[in-house]
Amino acid sequence: MQRYEAKDVSPDMSFLEMLDVVNEKLIAEGTAPITFEHDCREGICGSCGFMINGVAHGPKSGTTVCQLHMRSFKDGDELYLEPWRAKAFPVLKDLMVDRNAFDRIIAAGGFITARTGSAQDANSIPVPKAYADRAMDAAACIGCGACVASCPNASAALFTGAKISHLGLLPQGQAERDRRALRMIAQFSSELFGSCTNIGECEAACPKHISLSVIAQMNGDYLKASVRDRGAVKESSD
Amino acid sequence: MSPTAAAGSSNRALRFFEATIVKKAVVAVTGLVLFGFVTGHMLGNLQIFLGPERLNAYAAFLKSNLELLWGARITLLISVFAHIFFTIQLWQLKNQARPVAYVKKVNSHSSAASRTMYYSGPVILAFVVYHLLHFTVGAVHPHFSETDVYSNVVYGFLQLPVALSYMVAVGLLCMHLSHGIASIPQTLGFNHPVHTPKIKAAARVIATLYFLGYASIPVGVMTGIIRLSSMSL
Repeated sequence: MQRYEAKDVSPDMSFLEMLDVVNEKLIAEGTAPITFEHDCREGICGSCGFMINGVAHGPKSGTTVCQLHMRSFKDGDELYLEPWRAKAFPVLKDLMVDRNAFDRIIAAGGFITARTGSAQDANSIPVPKAYADRAMDAAACIGCGACVASCPNASAALFTGAKISHLGLLPQGQAERDRRALRMIAQFSSELFGSCTNIGECEAACPKHISLSVIAQMNGDYLKASVRDRGAVKESSD
Repeated sequence: MSPTAAAGSSNRALRFFEATIVKKAVVAVTGLVLFGFVTGHMLGNLQIFLGPERLNAYAAFLKSNLELLWGARITLLISVFAHIFFTIQLWQLKNQARPVAYVKKVNSHSSAASRTMYYSGPVILAFVVYHLLHFTVGAVHPHFSETDVYSNVVYGFLQLPVALSYMVAVGLLCMHLSHGIASIPQTLGFNHPVHTPKIKAAARVIATLYFLGYASIPVGVMTGIIRLSSMSL
């Protein structure tokens, strides 16, 4: 690990702004800056994220690192910054990892078939409130990867569960429900993510507070789909 | 990695068991069977407090129907095998999934029981093997009798190291149960905002009660509450 000193840090800076200050100094000195990923810096895009002192996205619950402020730390604190560590997330440089595995899981089944043409009237498809709420909670997933990073098994169960639940709980997602579960899980396995042991570290690390219930939903959907399977996985080369 | 990966095996049954979710479901279902055994075993053994005649009659009753006895033993054996077989596969996957460990990692939101399942399991297995050799086969028991289960227990637990290691083992078993019981519905696809917290709380209560139930027997022997009757001497 490399040691850096962060000077001239205001408590009102976000964690990434603090890294920007450190990097400007490094560039001025002619050394390589610390590589980290970021985009919106308002906690909604899922680009940023790394471990701060062994906790994904740092010490504040329900917060991405871009929304974490330096006032959460004390002057003189020693912080260990590490990238997400998982076989499926190869480190590209410093704190930046390749999260294409998530995109491949989505591509395997994280979609619905929407008809073309004008949109139909929104109220023509009734959605029970309880289902709409659960689907919305699952849809809050920004795909940052903190669940994988914090899981002792490096499992992507919370991410995959969120995607399967978000679509599978809505009427629009029913047509592909079985196929979605089978294909997304097949992809999940081929990416060498670990298996869920219901520990709950992911739920605690998730900046969007996605609950373990999405993993139960995924398990149930997958088991039912496996029993009903009429070769949906086999067709996957279509 | 292909854009959409179809599972490797062409055999449908084999393919079914390739998914980690199915492997984990097998671990959950077999865990439930073993939990059922642990329940019956404890309730049966607690009859030791009712005296030697009662316990020995119960033991004789268990052995009276060979078909049922071996049916139960084979079911348990298959459950233990499947429980361990699939867990080893998932454990291997876990080890592959994070080849580089964190320099610093805090696990603050999970229970110690949930994080030590891979360690409590093998200790429980070693204990079960010893326990069978001790009380069922009698190979490592100094005064083993085929019919007098009561005095087997008393003689067994009069040895302090045996009694203490038994209590450590049932302690680990109950830790294993506290996470295992709560985990079964989640693994099989059931999670409910009202019921899931209750199931978790119930699992802790059950684990504590089972520890007290099992530990009461060696404690009873060591404190002289359970002693050899004149008949069995």
